[in-house]
Amino acid sequence: MTLRRARGRDPLGLRRVLSDRLLPALVGAMGLLAALTLAGARGAADLASRWEGGAATALTVQLAPGAATDRALAVLEAMPEIAEARLADPARLAALLRPWLGDAIAIPLPKVIELRLARLPADPAALAGRIAALVPGAQVEAHGVWVARLLALARSLQAVAVAALVLVAGIATAVIAVAVRAGIAARRDAIAVLHALGATDADIAGRFAGRVAWLVGLGAFGGTVVAAPILAGFADMAAPLSGGRVAEGLLDLPWQRLPWAELALLPPAAALIGWVTAQVTLRLWLRRLP
Amino acid sequence: MVRFAEVGLRYGESAPEVLRDLSFVLEPGSFHWLLGASGAGKTSLLRLMHLAARATRGEVEVLGVALSRTRRAALPALRRRVGVVYQDFRLLPHLPVFDNVALPLRVAGRAPHQIRADVTEILRWVGLAPKADAMPAALSGGEQQRVAIARAVVMRPALLVADEPTGNLDIPQARRVLSLLREMHRLGTTVVVATHAETLVAEYPAASLRLDAGRLVSHG
Ligand SMILES: Nc1ncnc2c1ncn2[C@@H]1O[C@H](COP(=O)(O)OP(=O)(O)OP(=O)(O)O)[C@@H](O)[C@H]1O
Ligand SMILES: [Mg+2]
Repeated sequence: MTLRRARGRDPLGLRRVLSDRLLPALVGAMGLLAALTLAGARGAADLASRWEGGAATALTVQLAPGAATDRALAVLEAMPEIAEARLADPARLAALLRPWLGDAIAIPLPKVIELRLARLPADPAALAGRIAALVPGAQVEAHGVWVARLLALARSLQAVAVAALVLVAGIATAVIAVAVRAGIAARRDAIAVLHALGATDADIAGRFAGRVAWLVGLGAFGGTVVAAPILAGFADMAAPLSGGRVAEGLLDLPWQRLPWAELALLPPAAALIGWVTAQVTLRLWLRRLP
Repeated sequence: MVRFAEVGLRYGESAPEVLRDLSFVLEPGSFHWLLGASGAGKTSLLRLMHLAARATRGEVEVLGVALSRTRRAALPALRRRVGVVYQDFRLLPHLPVFDNVALPLRVAGRAPHQIRADVTEILRWVGLAPKADAMPAALSGGEQQRVAIARAVVMRPALLVADEPTGNLDIPQARRVLSLLREMHRLGTTVVVATHAETLVAEYPAASLRLDAGRLVSHG
């Protein structure tokens, strides 16, 4: 009786022709790709925003120990590119140098002025040159050049990731359409019989779309689940770059840093793509019936 | 019940008309044979009656609905009120007998308990209650055609059309199938049966539509 009821709910025999192996496996692979790409986009975005912050304080001006800083600070504050010039705290400087110089720092420390820029300079080297000219005896550290380049790289990675995501969605749509067409071809007679018995296009398309959405959602879920530990591993490798530490075990991995909200959206988004693709494919095909 | 007025049908823009100038009326509750040589247009005419094709010319009226003025979206509801029996049965091979017969009820969204009651009753009527769980391929041709008739009448259609329902059957099986169609007629259904089988027509004289090369040559 359960068998009969199961078959009754599947008069088109879609369980056979839209099998629970091939389509979910293909979509699972694409779900994995999408998850990796998504995490890549998120990671690039994180790095970009981090570097943007870093780049804003990217310039430091070093003066000789004991030099007067008031005039230098005033001159620097007056420059339009500079939002804020601040004398680095000597205690913090000492703490930074302690590993190399030991507790009792005997040598005099240089004065360090940290600059927060109004915006990222187009040519940090030129800005550094102008500062050096205005503040006699200053050594300007312009690692902002590199940060700016890395930032550009991160931004383009982000764009590439978004493009890859769109591409994956497009390929998924094509794969689903091919599977649906194969399903239609295999069940042509059954569709014709159902149509002749008074089934509406919505009814027939809905049966296909429901099955396809379920299979595709399932596949994408599988791909996402496989992707999660890989992403956690990447996040772990990246942890030291942002002041974290490397994990000691699987549970210790930085799971909370994964883009969970986006990942959770993947299976329903894939199911929606499957549902819409099946509906459109079926309804276009059914138009040829009277 | 069924009214044709100046009906023409062609398959494709530039194809010749396979049905021409058909005008006739089938009264409610009538039984008609549909006769004519092979290629005369019997199947085409029945396809118009059960909404598997739409006339390219003229007006077809089925169960009081004028089809030329009906949107495609309104046809499924009308199809559920017309039962169809085909020469090649057209059962779904992956479903057992019970589910094949239940198909129209499921399409119409009937409740499971009603489906079970109706299918059981109709299978008893065609004498196939013990075969409810058999697959179509395991049945004889006559049995398959009786399943097809059960599927065609399980919704109690007002109009029942059969296209050479006995074409693939031997004489005893054909008689049994025909007696079911006649019983539907006796119960008040309008029935149209296309056939080549002159012996069956002789055994059961009734009104007839005779086609020749797409034209109606006699009615009555
Ligand atoms: N789908 C189709 N496309 C094009 N022409 C068709 C189609 N179906 C039928 N015809 C043509 O229409 C004409 C009538 O065919 P139809 O099948 O209605 O005849 P019939 O009387 O049912 O013949 P038979 O007794 O052999 O079943 C034939 O000339 C046939 O070639
Ligand atoms: Mg025919």
